[in-house]
Amino acid sequence: MNVPKDLKYTKSHEWVRIEGDTATVGITDYAQSELGDIVYVDLPSPGRALIQGDSFGTIESVKTVSDIYSPVKGQIAETNTALEGASELINQDPYGQGWIAKITLDEVPTDLLDPDAYQALLSE
Amino acid sequence: MADFPLIFERSRKGRIGCMPPQCDVPVSDMAELIGNGLVREPAELPEVGELEVVRHFTNLSHRNYGIDTGFYPLGSCTMKYNPRVNEAVASNPSFALTHPLQPVEAVQGNLQVIYDLQSWMAEITGFDTATMQPPAGASGELLCLLLIRAFHRSRGEGHRDIVLVPDSAHGTNPASAARAGYRVQSVKTNSRGGTDIDDLKQHLGPNVAAMMLTNPSTLGLFEDNIIEICQLIHNAGAQVFCDGANMNAMVGVTRPGDHGFDCMHLNLHKTFSTPHGGGGPGCGCIAVKSHLEPYLPVPVVANRDGQYILDDNRPESVGRVHSFYGNFMMNVRAWAYVRSYGKEGLPEIAKHAVLNANYAQARLKEEYPQAFDRTCMHECVLTAKPLKRYGVRALDVSKRLIDYGFHPPTNYFPLIVPEALMIEPTETETKEMIDAFCDAMLEIAEESKEDPSILHNAPHTTPVGRLDEAFAAKTLDVNWSSYEDLKKADVL
Repeated sequence: MNVPKDLKYTKSHEWVRIEGDTATVGITDYAQSELGDIVYVDLPSPGRALIQGDSFGTIESVKTVSDIYSPVKGQIAETNTALEGASELINQDPYGQGWIAKITLDEVPTDLLDPDAYQALLSE
Repeated sequence: MADFPLIFERSRKGRIGCMPPQCDVPVSDMAELIGNGLVREPAELPEVGELEVVRHFTNLSHRNYGIDTGFYPLGSCTMKYNPRVNEAVASNPSFALTHPLQPVEAVQGNLQVIYDLQSWMAEITGFDTATMQPPAGASGELLCLLLIRAFHRSRGEGHRDIVLVPDSAHGTNPASAARAGYRVQSVKTNSRGGTDIDDLKQHLGPNVAAMMLTNPSTLGLFEDNIIEICQLIHNAGAQVFCDGANMNAMVGVTRPGDHGFDCMHLNLHKTFSTPHGGGGPGCGCIAVKSHLEPYLPVPVVANRDGQYILDDNRPESVGRVHSFYGNFMMNVRAWAYVRSYGKEGLPEIAKHAVLNANYAQARLKEEYPQAFDRTCMHECVLTAKPLKRYGVRALDVSKRLIDYGFHPPTNYFPLIVPEALMIEPTETETKEMIDAFCDAMLEIAEESKEDPSILHNAPHTTPVGRLDEAFAAKTLDVNWSSYEDLKKADVL
């Protein structure tokens, strides 16, 4: 399972890339593999305020519907509108073209998992 | 057989199935009769001969897989065999030809069936009374929540707006609660597959209206602490609804009403052997304790001085949940089923359902471990996780089973079990049939180790193989268009 070294992770299988005051968020390779073929992503409107752990969208796969939880506190700056017509991007490229949202940070979170800790979680 | 044309594609201009006689009255002009604006072009119906129609649909029907053709261990759905005698009773013209607008004096027999059945359902489940009106399980769930709200309001506690649902619950539970206008909170499952009592205590408070609990749970496990759970919820002023989807594991043996529940629903098509699926008609009857009785939907079938009546004079009722009195013919089938087993026979249903599931679980657990290491009830929830190291998933096992001639079990449910395979043999199967299924499951585990590609490409024996489910879900199109039209629209 692909766990890039330059990202942070959550127990609910989101990844986070923090650049300045912006966090780019998606779901991990493990999450997309567990969900199976993704058919629909419900994305939030930009400007929405989130606290850590808020559900801010849903992902529907052929198996199930899952919430996407915000790993950080902030406001939605942008969502990946390409997913509206091509949700399979999450399956094909979860850490790249399959990103879900960019969130303007209120504060930089300190409790995210590093790649080793996330890898350990997957091995449990 | 793989290339199976649609009936439209068999059509040839001018071909007909039968020749109606010449019209022997003057033909009126349609436009004159109804006005030009309402006259349309004739519908483009297929033009085919009678024999072509018979062959077309007979061959299509051969592609069906059902309980009449094979083993159908679809966990949580209880695909058991429904005795044909139920159908014989239901097709009796005395029932089949009655009309819901006949006066009650003319349908006393029908009302007796409903009256008998509601009292039997109350007795079997341990409640005070029942109504057969809800037309489906989800409707029964919703109705119970409406009764609970009416009860809270009557006590000046209408502010209670939270419904608790376990994280293992079937999706209809939170959906029913949301539909009734409640906020839903999820309660965790403990390491034994039961309700986590500490987590439940965290959630209980002055705004909780009810908990919806399936027993046996969707994990196929009996809730050991059910009496304590009901007491805790009652102490917090809330009500407890039992999702009776799995009553076939308990019928005649133990009663949810005695466990402390306030109300429950039953799916007649599961426990009481009425036809499944097809979108209905169904019956999701509910049974309630006396404190909820005033709110039952109207009309209530009652017996006054030996006469069966439809009682509409119930001022506290939540109203109707279906036209007339629900789907009556389902009641006839369930009535026949309960009468043919009787009080002595009903417990055998539950005992054999539980025995068969435990037998399958014991035979399979080396290759497919239990999600929770316990004696199960009427279904077992196993995991295909050990096969993951060979690149094989629960879906692959399910698809491969089709090649062995079996309907796959439910997979990926409950959601809290990774790579779940949920097997419900039901009480109507023989040991030989369950053995044949388990042999196939074990053989598939061997195939996974030797050549997983067999599984990845399964099924191999069906007219179509592995379908692109994502494409189908995204581009759903159930209307027929001719190839010419599709070409014109640039779809092909």
